Amino acid sequence: MTHRREALLALLFALAVLAAAFAAPWLRFVLTLALAKGIAALGVMLLLRAGQVSFGHAMFVAFAAYAVAFLAGRVGDALLLLPLAMLLTSLLGLVIGLFVARYREIFFGMLNLALSMVFYSLLEKFYSITHGTDGMRVPAVTWAGMATERVGGEWAVLVAALVLAIGFALLARLYLASPLGEALQGIKTREARLEFMGLPPRRVLLVAYVLSAAMAGTAGALIALTTRHVTPLMGYWTASGELVFIVILGGAGGVLGPFLGAVAYELVRVYAAASVADAWQLILGAVLLAVILFARGGLFSLLRGRRA
Amino acid sequence: MKPILQAQGLRLAFGGVKAADGIDLDVGEGEFLAIIGPNGAGKTTFINMCTGWLKPQAGRILWRGQDIAGLPPRRITAKGIARSFQLPQLFTEHTVLRNLALAIAAREGAFSLLRPLLRPGWTEEAMEIMRGFGLEFLADTRADALNEGSRKLADIAMAVALKPRLLLMDEPTSGVAASEKLGIVETLARVLRETGVSAVFVEHDMEVVSRFADRVAVWSQGRIVANGPPQAVLADPDVRREVIGIEDAHAAP
Ligand SMILES: Nc1ncnc2c1ncn2[C@@H]1O[C@H](COP(=O)(O)OP(=O)(O)OP(=O)(O)O)[C@@H](O)[C@H]1O
Ligand SMILES: [Mg+2]
Repeated sequence: MTHRREALLALLFALAVLAAAFAAPWLRFVLTLALAKGIAALGVMLLLRAGQVSFGHAMFVAFAAYAVAFLAGRVGDALLLLPLAMLLTSLLGLVIGLFVARYREIFFGMLNLALSMVFYSLLEKFYSITHGTDGMRVPAVTWAGMATERVGGEWAVLVAALVLAIGFALLARLYLASPLGEALQGIKTREARLEFMGLPPRRVLLVAYVLSAAMAGTAGALIALTTRHVTPLMGYWTASGELVFIVILGGAGGVLGPFLGAVAYELVRVYAAASVADAWQLILGAVLLAVILFARGGLFSLLRGRRA
Repeated sequence: MKPILQAQGLRLAFGGVKAADGIDLDVGEGEFLAIIGPNGAGKTTFINMCTGWLKPQAGRILWRGQDIAGLPPRRITAKGIARSFQLPQLFTEHTVLRNLALAIAAREGAFSLLRPLLRPGWTEEAMEIMRGFGLEFLADTRADALNEGSRKLADIAMAVALKPRLLLMDEPTSGVAASEKLGIVETLARVLRETGVSAVFVEHDMEVVSRFADRVAVWSQGRIVANGPPQAVLADPDVRREVIGIEDAHAAP
């Protein structure tokens, strides 16, 4: 797809999000969550370019969310909290990435899963610090020093999520076209050649991993700011699976894919929960089946009019 | 001629198979050295040891006097040794142009996250290299859609793009159409000679060997059984038997 068509599609997408948020106030919350998850899924997509599937990225989402919950009392402004949470999560991503970037495929996926399970149980068990499964309330924050009452606050997080989504999509697009981003796909197809070109594959994957952690962290911070309540479930393995699902649904062929996937996912979930209770899992399964059988490239490839 | 690469007493056995059984070999600065020998003689194993893919169980590999045996491939590449492969190792989902641009990027160590791989300077250089190999019309073809000969050439082109001081090529002309073979080796040889690059190439085509090699080393069962100027070595009756043996083996069903 040409740059211009993709930019146009992104613009339409952003306008549709804003229009929906104007028209249906109750959608603001849902759309904010969708954008946040789209950012996290974008990170998962980067790893997928290298042929690696992480089943543990919700750990970074939860880490950042708890970071916001802990820090909001001291650092009361969202415009400081967001970058701070992102930075801390990137550092965690670097530490964990140094370890997991040595592994591939099923081992990579399972190691991420294992680490996220450890983190989940830490959140659950250390009741005195984290309040266990009850989770923690996130204190009210200001936006650029302005205290915002409820409606304005919802708009603030939504717009922040939209701006960050666009920012990360642009960053990911540039990155994927850069030497390091292109080399990512080389890990999937011919890792040994990278070695013989003098390019350490681990470092190539590590860069993607840290970026993906930063994105998941940003998502976690946004979710914490919009739900105002964080629980260990944010880091549970089903939440990680959800991110992978979103990428498959939206398509990994372009940076818009994860966002299309996330919005479709959240909307269907809300409507399904409201109309046909208990059918959610059934719908999920059926949609996943349909995507894999008929539209491998996900929603993005359908919009593009060509199967990826 | 001053040697840039010196293999001394290299040994490597796989189970009972001695793939390298005391290999001693010097490669001179700017020299073109051909390696010939039957299947399973240990030719690829030698290249694998020189490029860090395999660690010899004994012996030294001196690069400008410094032992590089056992270093990881990327460290050896960084020293100026590049290789191509018997079975082409391309990034199959990338186009030929991008394969080459990645090699150039790796060489330059330029890893800004925001500047594109296909930047003007690198694209031009990649196109220039592709022209040398007659690949320019395939620039936008995905590597997994190439025929065997083009894959082989793209594989060598990637090694050339690294601008090494020593280029090790494992059967560079196998799979390349007979009509194109000599022309391509000629272009390659000219580029390498111009820049004073040394080359070691495993070759089954004796015409290529006699026309382009300064020296020939004959491999058999992990040993070097003859080593000298092409005319002399290729006229040696023992070698002829070895070489003819190869051709018979190749012709057999
Ligand atoms: N990684 C390995 N593991 C086990 N055996 C190996 C390995 N690599 C090579 N060998 C064995 O070592 C011997 C030498 O192999 P090598 O590939 O170096 O031969 P070659 O001269 O390149 O042959 P060809 O002309 O068929 O490419 C063979 O018997 C081969 O089976
Ligand atoms: Mg071989």
